Amino acid sequence: MAGIDHAPPPFFKQGPAPLALLTFYIAVSLAIFVVDLRFKSLELFRQSIALVVDPVQRVAQTPGSLVDYAGSYLQGMRGLQQENNELKHAQLTTAPNLQRLAQLEAENERLRKLLSVKEREKASGQVTQILYTARDPFSRKIIVDKGQQAGVVAGQPAIDETGVVGQVTRVFPFSAEITLITDKDQVVPVQIVRSGQRSVVFGLGNGQLELRYMPANADIQIGDTLVTSGLDGIYLPGFPVAKVVNIERDSAYSFARIFCVPIAGVENFGEVMVLDPRQPLPPAPPESTGRPGSSDKPGLGGKKKKTMGKGN
Amino acid sequence: MQPTFSSSRILQPVQPWFIFFSLIGAVILNFLPTAHWPGVPDWVALVLCFWCIREFRRIGMGWAFVLGLLMDVADGAVLGQHCFAYVLLAYTASALSRRILWFPLFQQALQVLPLLVATQVFQALMRLAVGADFPGWGYFIGPVVATLLWIPATFILLLPQYRPVEQDPNRPI
Repeated sequence: MAGIDHAPPPFFKQGPAPLALLTFYIAVSLAIFVVDLRFKSLELFRQSIALVVDPVQRVAQTPGSLVDYAGSYLQGMRGLQQENNELKHAQLTTAPNLQRLAQLEAENERLRKLLSVKEREKASGQVTQILYTARDPFSRKIIVDKGQQAGVVAGQPAIDETGVVGQVTRVFPFSAEITLITDKDQVVPVQIVRSGQRSVVFGLGNGQLELRYMPANADIQIGDTLVTSGLDGIYLPGFPVAKVVNIERDSAYSFARIFCVPIAGVENFGEVMVLDPRQPLPPAPPESTGRPGSSDKPGLGGKKKKTMGKGN
Repeated sequence: MQPTFSSSRILQPVQPWFIFFSLIGAVILNFLPTAHWPGVPDWVALVLCFWCIREFRRIGMGWAFVLGLLMDVADGAVLGQHCFAYVLLAYTASALSRRILWFPLFQQALQVLPLLVATQVFQALMRLAVGADFPGWGYFIGPVVATLLWIPATFILLLPQYRPVEQDPNRPI
């Protein structure tokens, strides 16, 4: 390429004026921002872009995972032996419970049949590898390596070996995005194990969770464990979610401020299990049954509550 | 074109493929797992700003929009968040380009700082307005670091244009 090969400056054909272009692009950006946020109708568009971006992103993440791999490789025999011993010990301590689990489940099933109550759903799912944490600093999400191809659908809960991690919120062809329970305003319906009270726990965005809508004089103590209540039709009942760490009872407010920390290693883990979607809940009784219908409702509710307590 | 307008050195014209690959390189740098360290700059914003100032006829708001879409999908952010910020950045950068290039590199960096800060601030405002949580002040260190990188970035991105026009192995100097 020699000399000046610039085209002569186009005096007359310059396309639309910059300000007009700016207005156009800003309008389009704001429009897709609102549509994506409120109507969630751009998922197909997002998936098709992700099909291009995702492989590149996976390749770019390899240096990090190589460093992790090298670190674990160099950890050495002693560390591994120690870990192995600890795991064997842990297995032995849980063995009595595990060995009787099958028998207990069978017994539970039989008793439930006697009571003519719906059987407990069995938890099953697929193990997924975490690829990377999503870059967005405004939310807490992780990307895992199974997607539409593996039959993952949005809404499935994800757990690790100690408790609930989060929920699948977006599915791409070969990956899925899990929103952690610590994400701001991510909600999990829970039950306090000790007292059996039900409530909902909200993510705060700073790594903690808040149990909301509990009256200021509620029976709750520091150290209480919260498990999923299963009332939402998404999470199966009984998975540990969080532990209460701080309670602020202020008489100026009608609700206590209860802070919890997640039990699962929500921010640091290698693998999570994506649970299969639950069977749909039985349809709610019609609202407009009037007076005669309402008489048998409390009975049904009472029965349900009883089984709930037993189930856990 | 000169490195700065006050310089007497004439550069070779830019190669379009180099602009393209530098932008793709910036996108890949953004994908690296360093994104959660505080102070890691938004490479795409930096390189886009650079080319919008140097070559506003070639790189403009259309590119900014497409790169914004890529970054939105890659981040798992709300679609349109990066698009908005990058389009504004591209517009202001190309509007200011004739002025900025008169300054020496250090003062150019000072003029670029508000543009890059505004890019982060607009994104933060958009997300906070719809109820996301505050990402911490570390989020706003990135543009400052990017400003410090303006001088090395200019040097690297202009390297291909510093080549002599005629390559004569026997020339005296």
